[in-house]
Amino acid sequence: MKKNYLKRILASALTLALGVVTLTGCGSASAKESPAEQTSSEASAQEQSDSKVYRTLDEIKESGEINIGVFSDKNPFGYVDENGEYQGYDVYFANKLGEDLGVKINFVSTEAASRVEYLETGKVDIVLANFTVTEERAEKVDFALPYMNVALGVVSPKDKVIKDLSEIKADDQVIVISGTTAETYLEKNYPDIKLQKFDTYATAKTSFENGTGVAWANDNTEVIAYAIENPGYEVGIPSLGSQDTIAPAVSKGNSTLLDWINSEIESLGKENFFHADYEATLIDTYGKDYEETLVVEGGKVADSSATEASSEASTATSSEAATDASSAE
Amino acid sequence: MGFEVLLKGNNMVRLLAGLAVSLRISLVSVAISIVLGVILGILMALKNPIITVISRVYLEIVRIMPQMVLLFLVYFGTTKAMGINLEAETAAVIVFSFWGTAEMADLVRGALLNIPAIQYESSISLGLNKLQTYRYVIVPQIIRRMIPLSINLITRMIKTTSLVMMIGIVEVLKVGQQIIEANRKASPGAAFGVFLIIFLLYFIACWPISMLSRYLEKRWEN
Repeated sequence: MKKNYLKRILASALTLALGVVTLTGCGSASAKESPAEQTSSEASAQEQSDSKVYRTLDEIKESGEINIGVFSDKNPFGYVDENGEYQGYDVYFANKLGEDLGVKINFVSTEAASRVEYLETGKVDIVLANFTVTEERAEKVDFALPYMNVALGVVSPKDKVIKDLSEIKADDQVIVISGTTAETYLEKNYPDIKLQKFDTYATAKTSFENGTGVAWANDNTEVIAYAIENPGYEVGIPSLGSQDTIAPAVSKGNSTLLDWINSEIESLGKENFFHADYEATLIDTYGKDYEETLVVEGGKVADSSATEASSEASTATSSEAATDASSAE
Repeated sequence: MGFEVLLKGNNMVRLLAGLAVSLRISLVSVAISIVLGVILGILMALKNPIITVISRVYLEIVRIMPQMVLLFLVYFGTTKAMGINLEAETAAVIVFSFWGTAEMADLVRGALLNIPAIQYESSISLGLNKLQTYRYVIVPQIIRRMIPLSINLITRMIKTTSLVMMIGIVEVLKVGQQIIEANRKASPGAAFGVFLIIFLLYFIACWPISMLSRYLEKRWEN
């Protein structure tokens, strides 16, 4: 008896619930018929017919909007200012791309861990989020020409600046963050140097400031910014080991968009666009001295060590961890 | 202290807009969870072996899987596997409803099974029919038992929405991080003030809900 009754309420409740769900479903879909959604539904329709996830150059131009994945909390590369506008070195470039394509830019806030996924699913057209070129990533996404260098750097106190790793004595310790390129590089190439490893940027920083190590090795963008923000410290070695590059990335196989970005980077090189970008966005953090070290103009990496960078690319995947750790500060 | 960064530009408005996003996602999810959770809870209380097995598997999945994994699965996985391109917020609502429904269902089931058989028997002997038994005896008790637990679920859900930043939704915590990072040179100590304000915003959002539950509990006690 009891069961029968329950079944009856259940039946009516289920019908009701289904009705509610369908109604709200329709409601929210129609309420949010924004242009962005229209383009994404177009994209998904496209993808079902052609089994490709990305939008070609023509499709982007036609839709009048481009989705670009950037960081929203990595000052000075990609961040949001007090008026809610995206700013930074990557964003400056993104704005130029949008302007030259003649489309409106829809910035998508990405996290380091989800950048590849965004491209693999075509949810953004381009990722411009301080994306280091590595072999592993290049299997999943297509990188365009580079627009910035990133390498390792070593910072040490001003009164005992270490300008060469050979100056480090047998008893001295060097601070690194676990899982970063710095750790892998030093372990592989300088096995005699004693390392002090920390899990986070904050603990490494505190320890370094308390003098437990003679130097701190990390991504050069990190150590340079550190030395500028903290007087009393100097970057003795601004560029060490494998030189990696940062480049725009598009979905695997999206050759029309890739070719366009490449030709755009080459032609922007003629007007020294990335130097202007540096002076507009990075100079406050890194100063004039590092402009040539960091900027890659026209997609041409000046340093010959860049070619060997790709062979050592597998070690560089961990550089992302360094960026992550730094955000903890 | 870092409060000054909140007065710059429209930072405060951005934080509030972020809070609105968090609340929208969690409240829509809660509404769906309550409807579906009640249905599933009743189904589970029927003790049908097939339903029991299915719901056990479902509950275990929800318990074991971190919400972050679910978010990635739903947002990116559906596009990769099925070519369905979900909006980030839709994906978030699906994940949170999936989680909330499981918890609500478990609460409803527990509450239903906790009503002693004597209550049904006494109602019948008092001459109440089935509908009246539920209307006047069973349901009021269930609701009273469930309120504190479901309020707990709602507040937990509001707090967990901070994860949706991983799929590109800019909610209150993400706005906070953006503000801190944007001012990392100008006011390096901004983190404290910004996080304190975010704490207050979460508090303002969750406090009325707790108060409502306390009021309802008291009212239904008499």
